[in-house]
Amino acid sequence: MSEYKSGSNLEKVLRAGHFAFTGECGPPQGANVEHLREKAGHLKGCVDAVNVTDNQTAVVRMSSWAASLILLEEGLEPNFQMVCRDRNRLAIQSDILGAYSLGIRNMLCLSGDHQSFGNHPEAKNVFDIDSMQLIYTVKKMRDEGKFLNEQEVDVPPRLFVGAASNPFAEPFDFRVYRLAKKIAAGADFIQTQCIYNMDKFREFMRRAVDMGLHEKCHILAGVTPMKSVGMALYMAKQVPGMDVPDSLIKRLRGAGKGKVAEEGIKFALEQIETFKEMEGVAGVHLMAIEWEHKVPEIAERAGVLPRPSV
Amino acid sequence: MIVARQKPIEEIVEMTQAFHKLLVVGCKGCVTVCNVGGAKEVAILASALRISGKRNGREVVVGEHTLERQCDPEYVDELKDILEDYEAVVSIACGVGPQFIAERYPAVRVFPGVNTQFMGGAEEHGIWSERCAGCGTCVVHYFGGVCPIARCSKSLLNGPCGGSNNGKCEISNDVDCIWDIIVTRMMEQGRLKELIEFKPPKSWATARDGGPRRMIREELVE
Repeated sequence: MSEYKSGSNLEKVLRAGHFAFTGECGPPQGANVEHLREKAGHLKGCVDAVNVTDNQTAVVRMSSWAASLILLEEGLEPNFQMVCRDRNRLAIQSDILGAYSLGIRNMLCLSGDHQSFGNHPEAKNVFDIDSMQLIYTVKKMRDEGKFLNEQEVDVPPRLFVGAASNPFAEPFDFRVYRLAKKIAAGADFIQTQCIYNMDKFREFMRRAVDMGLHEKCHILAGVTPMKSVGMALYMAKQVPGMDVPDSLIKRLRGAGKGKVAEEGIKFALEQIETFKEMEGVAGVHLMAIEWEHKVPEIAERAGVLPRPSV
Repeated sequence: MIVARQKPIEEIVEMTQAFHKLLVVGCKGCVTVCNVGGAKEVAILASALRISGKRNGREVVVGEHTLERQCDPEYVDELKDILEDYEAVVSIACGVGPQFIAERYPAVRVFPGVNTQFMGGAEEHGIWSERCAGCGTCVVHYFGGVCPIARCSKSLLNGPCGGSNNGKCEISNDVDCIWDIIVTRMMEQGRLKELIEFKPPKSWATARDGGPRRMIREELVE
């Protein structure tokens, strides 16, 4: 086996062929370090890496690199998320260097939700480069040791490069090609949007496997357990690019009072079982939004514990 | 054309309330075409200002004049004698107009009567939309004749993002996902291969990011 690109735990787990299990943690809307430590604490030992979101839904939060460092202190491996909305290429490249220098080894490259969603809709956005070009930038800095302007990087940052893929957004036929494009640009791993429509995802993966994409990149399937019928309806109607089948909403409704959350978890567990067997799927990315304390239980019941140590 | 929208009349009244002799100046260029700053709109705004003055018990004299173009000193010169009778100008040209007038007549107070919106065109009568961001390096031929810089909310060159929703943009169901249109058109044209090609980071040096722009064509300069 060739040398690691970053030597991150996530990279080692995936390269060793284990079924990866990653989590997610949103930084606080303030400097509430204790709350962040508490949330992160639930994930410890349950996941291979934790995504630290970057002003997600365009709401101001503690910076993702800073929260990533706090997770590092807690003994968790962060997957530092970066969006193109808030930084130009100068800030992007300098933050990449800073994050790597302080011990961050995974980075997820995203365009970012438009600021009109968030709590500062009057803001000016940047989008100097897009997520595809961000992937290219990190790879270029790492593998060529060069900045975007071709100048040499004095000690290149060795990061494991991640990207997102939404198999459900339109136009569906192009989605697998866009995934291919991200992989060609330099993505080492992919975390997909939350999956609810299993048939559609199966079709997406079939196409990805046909193109051999799973051999060039580790694809992690996104799972977010539904906590309530309200959440399912919100996801179905309000969240762009989300595909929540009516059958799932019906199933949650049918669970009866006080049992919807458990039904949501059951569905998530069934999904994880399916993903374990699905060709081309290298792991699961569990986004238990503000439900971090449930992660140990979900991981246990999903049979993914203990996490491998490579 | 440059598309503009009239400022609310209350705002125009408020910003000009210290003046009693106003000249409303229109432009026969873009703003006439988009029905916001031509001779007709000059007349309407002037009469609205007169009525408002009367209602507030103020004696306001409002003149009307429409220039061939406000973005050309040759035509702005035309105001020289007319302006002697006025204290202030309300220009209803795009943002270029009030600046050219203020530059030519530094002693005169100039107010903008419209909010300049974008460079675009008329989809149909009464509906305009943005088409160009003036980035200084046109790339529409790479994208099926569509500009993602002006028309994608995130100016993505390697779209569509994950927020594309049944042909609509994540910011609003009233906004088309331009990348949906680009992909559909390119695939119909059998240009998938081009679409999969990575578009490297763009140089914004020719755009406004490179600083205020000026163009000199030596062969035209006397």
